[in-house]
Amino acid sequence: MSVIYDKSVPGRRGVRLPRSDVPGHTAIPEPYRRRSALNLCELSELDVVRHFTALSRKNFGVDTGFYPLGSCTMKYNPKFTEKIAQLDGFSSLHPLLPQLRRGGMLTQGALAVLYELESMLCEICGMDAFTLHPMAGAHGELTGMMIIAAYHHDKENNKTEVLIPDESHGTNPSSAAIAGYSTRPVPTNRKTGVLDLEALKDMIGDQTAAVMLTNPNTLGIFNAQIREIADLAHKHDALLYYDGANLNAILGKFRPGDGDFDVVHVNLHKTFGTPHGGGGPGAGPVGVKKHLVDFLPISRVVKRSDGTHALDYDYPKSIGYIAPFYGNFSVCLKAYAYILNLGAEGLSQVAENAVLNANYAMHCLKDDFEVPCLRTCMHEFVISASRQAENGIRALDIAKALIDRGFHPPTVYFPLIVKESMMVEPTETESKETLDAFVGAMKDIARQSRESSESFAGAPQSTPVGRLDETRAARQMDFAYALSGA
Amino acid sequence: MSFIPHTPAQQKQMLDICGVKDIDALFADIPEGLRPKSFNIPAGRSELEVHASLENLAGQNYSHLVRFVGAGFYDHFIPAAVDAIASRSEFYTAYTPYQPELSQGTLQAIYEYQTAMCRLTGMEVANASLYDGGTALYEACQMAVHATGRTRIVIDGGVNPIYRKMIHSYTANLSLDLCEVGVSHGQSDRKKLFDAIDEQTAAVLVQNPNFFGVIDDHSDIAKRCHDLGILAVQSVYPVAMALLKPPGDMDIDIATGEGQSLGIPLSFGGPYLGFMATKKKFVRKMPGRLVGRTVDSAGREGFVLTLQAREQHIRREKATSNICTNEALCALRAHAYLSLVGEQGIKEVAQLCLDKARYAKERFKSIPGVEVMEASPTFNEFTLRLPMDAGEFAGRMIERGFAAGFPLGRYYPGMENYLLMAVTEKRSKHDIGRMAEALEDALCQ
Repeated sequence: MSVIYDKSVPGRRGVRLPRSDVPGHTAIPEPYRRRSALNLCELSELDVVRHFTALSRKNFGVDTGFYPLGSCTMKYNPKFTEKIAQLDGFSSLHPLLPQLRRGGMLTQGALAVLYELESMLCEICGMDAFTLHPMAGAHGELTGMMIIAAYHHDKENNKTEVLIPDESHGTNPSSAAIAGYSTRPVPTNRKTGVLDLEALKDMIGDQTAAVMLTNPNTLGIFNAQIREIADLAHKHDALLYYDGANLNAILGKFRPGDGDFDVVHVNLHKTFGTPHGGGGPGAGPVGVKKHLVDFLPISRVVKRSDGTHALDYDYPKSIGYIAPFYGNFSVCLKAYAYILNLGAEGLSQVAENAVLNANYAMHCLKDDFEVPCLRTCMHEFVISASRQAENGIRALDIAKALIDRGFHPPTVYFPLIVKESMMVEPTETESKETLDAFVGAMKDIARQSRESSESFAGAPQSTPVGRLDETRAARQMDFAYALSGA
Repeated sequence: MSFIPHTPAQQKQMLDICGVKDIDALFADIPEGLRPKSFNIPAGRSELEVHASLENLAGQNYSHLVRFVGAGFYDHFIPAAVDAIASRSEFYTAYTPYQPELSQGTLQAIYEYQTAMCRLTGMEVANASLYDGGTALYEACQMAVHATGRTRIVIDGGVNPIYRKMIHSYTANLSLDLCEVGVSHGQSDRKKLFDAIDEQTAAVLVQNPNFFGVIDDHSDIAKRCHDLGILAVQSVYPVAMALLKPPGDMDIDIATGEGQSLGIPLSFGGPYLGFMATKKKFVRKMPGRLVGRTVDSAGREGFVLTLQAREQHIRREKATSNICTNEALCALRAHAYLSLVGEQGIKEVAQLCLDKARYAKERFKSIPGVEVMEASPTFNEFTLRLPMDAGEFAGRMIERGFAAGFPLGRYYPGMENYLLMAVTEKRSKHDIGRMAEALEDALCQ
């Protein structure tokens, strides 16, 4: 399909702007004026709508089909929350309004949403305070690491290092590094599938600023030794960080705060039903325990004795501004509506059925695929294509074969510690019929890998394009469409 | 109400397959002592009830105030087709396009967005998006530090003060040296900037139009930077690029900015759109995702995420940035907006902003006691000097139904009587007239 710039017709107009109702035409003074051409599209509104509609049909979303992408929690995104986010009282609200004198009273509804969502996240996670400012999960991690750095700085601790399990998401070591720390990976015990406590004991020391964990971990296993890990960390005045990527598994079943975690981030776009948008926007609120409240970013939303809400900037130990305003407000708003809709019971049912779906799918697949940690899993599980690899069929081939059977593939080659890994996260919103169809497809692929491994080479065939030449993309470096004739 | 499809009978069948008697057994790994001490979340409410309750909260927000407040975040018109396009759930319910065969829609849209941002800024390569204009500028600092191996960042006082505060936060735990330089007649003060540069300087940060709405040509600053091996970084207002000399024409090394003005609602602060564009020679230092054009095994054209070795999921602690989730849907909106208004439309939007701001300046200038700061040319935002505290004045205007502007005293000590006002294509001549009357009235109060 041709790129939009090739469809452009000189002189064609799309959306019309009003005529000017003020007198005069102002010219930009010469040295500041644009002289080079813009070369943007010239299309009718229908041309543009058809172009994007055609593009959308070359995309696969949760609304298209099953999307068992491990670690991403691709659950159904309720439609009513989208409608709420479009209410004019929220969508047209200028973020500077509450910062103007007497303006706070004119944004009470929006401030109430922020305050109430913070309170609910505190209760869901067992933390003492939350900030909604971080605009994505990795941004939450960075904010959390900055809070940890401010805490150590305040106590005049000389900390240099953050310890992170080897199965962690790549954002963990990257966030710690960008906050100014060096990082070291802690090995996973291959038998239990969780962090090797003995190794941690050897590695931790007075130089340790924090230990970053996710629980359940990326193998989908809950680490019951969390209090021991917390005690060990706290003995060295290191803080325990909870990566909330896997929170969907434990809603109402375990709260990071009760496991003595000091800092947590949650991904509203994973656990709380807001859409992923093809890569964003998300939101990564951060929760802390009492001893870290002073370091949270500003502004903070407070509730006054008369029941009204206000912004407060008076936190001298705060890490400062990490976002221009109050975070990705409309994402927070959707998550708030989702939580109100589900309630305590609904949230617990999310975890229960997410875990049920994962265990069910794992049990259905265990005879056909290697399961490195065959035990009760939480919301996701990891299988390995190692048996299929003996016939030359790798995880990537299985992923492409799944596409031709109508499914989005699981996450492949992550976690890094399992060879030919495929990480499956069905989520709670998928039906038994869908899981059975997926299991059927996987079994069929396993059979095909034994009987006719050569048939994988051409997959996928049902998509607008086949396997793309990534080497060529990296070498060619075509990141922007060249002007015709250029 | 959890969007869970299972019937009790199906749950029973599934539990049997798992070999456990009930759902609780699946959570046996969580010891009793680690179970929640409380979980006091209100009982769930229906869609109807939740909608009513949030509609009530939305009604408590005075979003209908006549807005002359901008300060980097503008009330522009958004064509209905932008919402219609971004509401295609094939776009908004998809994940990051890691499986290219299933994501050609998102990937091609991002490639086209990258192209649009390159053309708008006159730069060679733009990434797939960053969180917002502030984090984009901070990422540009990191990029310059890595590209030069130096540690000093010189920041012009015309850079949005919120962004300057963000950069201070992000670099607090790093051994970087930040130096802020005041402006002269609202424009970049060349002498002070050049004096602040030393051999350890990695980047000079400027903004166009700057926080006061003043326009500039930073070519001379870029030239001086290049003579000394420094990267010139400019934060720009994308709508203004339709009429103003773009960063590419000034030989700027990294252009960043806030893309909210391109079809993205104000939404009380987000989600917005950070953009970044640079020269091809710096692409391997660039943060964030990047889409490249290629072909498939049958020679058909297609698009993939590329140069991923820069990113955290490959490079981990050595990545150029920790960013993963970005603002893809906002980038899609910006691309849809630019395509709908098109080449001519974006120029008209910018011209309307410019003409209306000029008219507003003339109108307000005639009010006794009000002075318009006119030492340097502006785009759609300008500063008024009032005969009273601008914060108190803004409060009086709110009572009259106007978000009149942003009081500068908060970020610029000594400028307590100054108010920053923005005019977009949405403000009518009538609005400006009413604003002038209310302004006069509020001053007399």
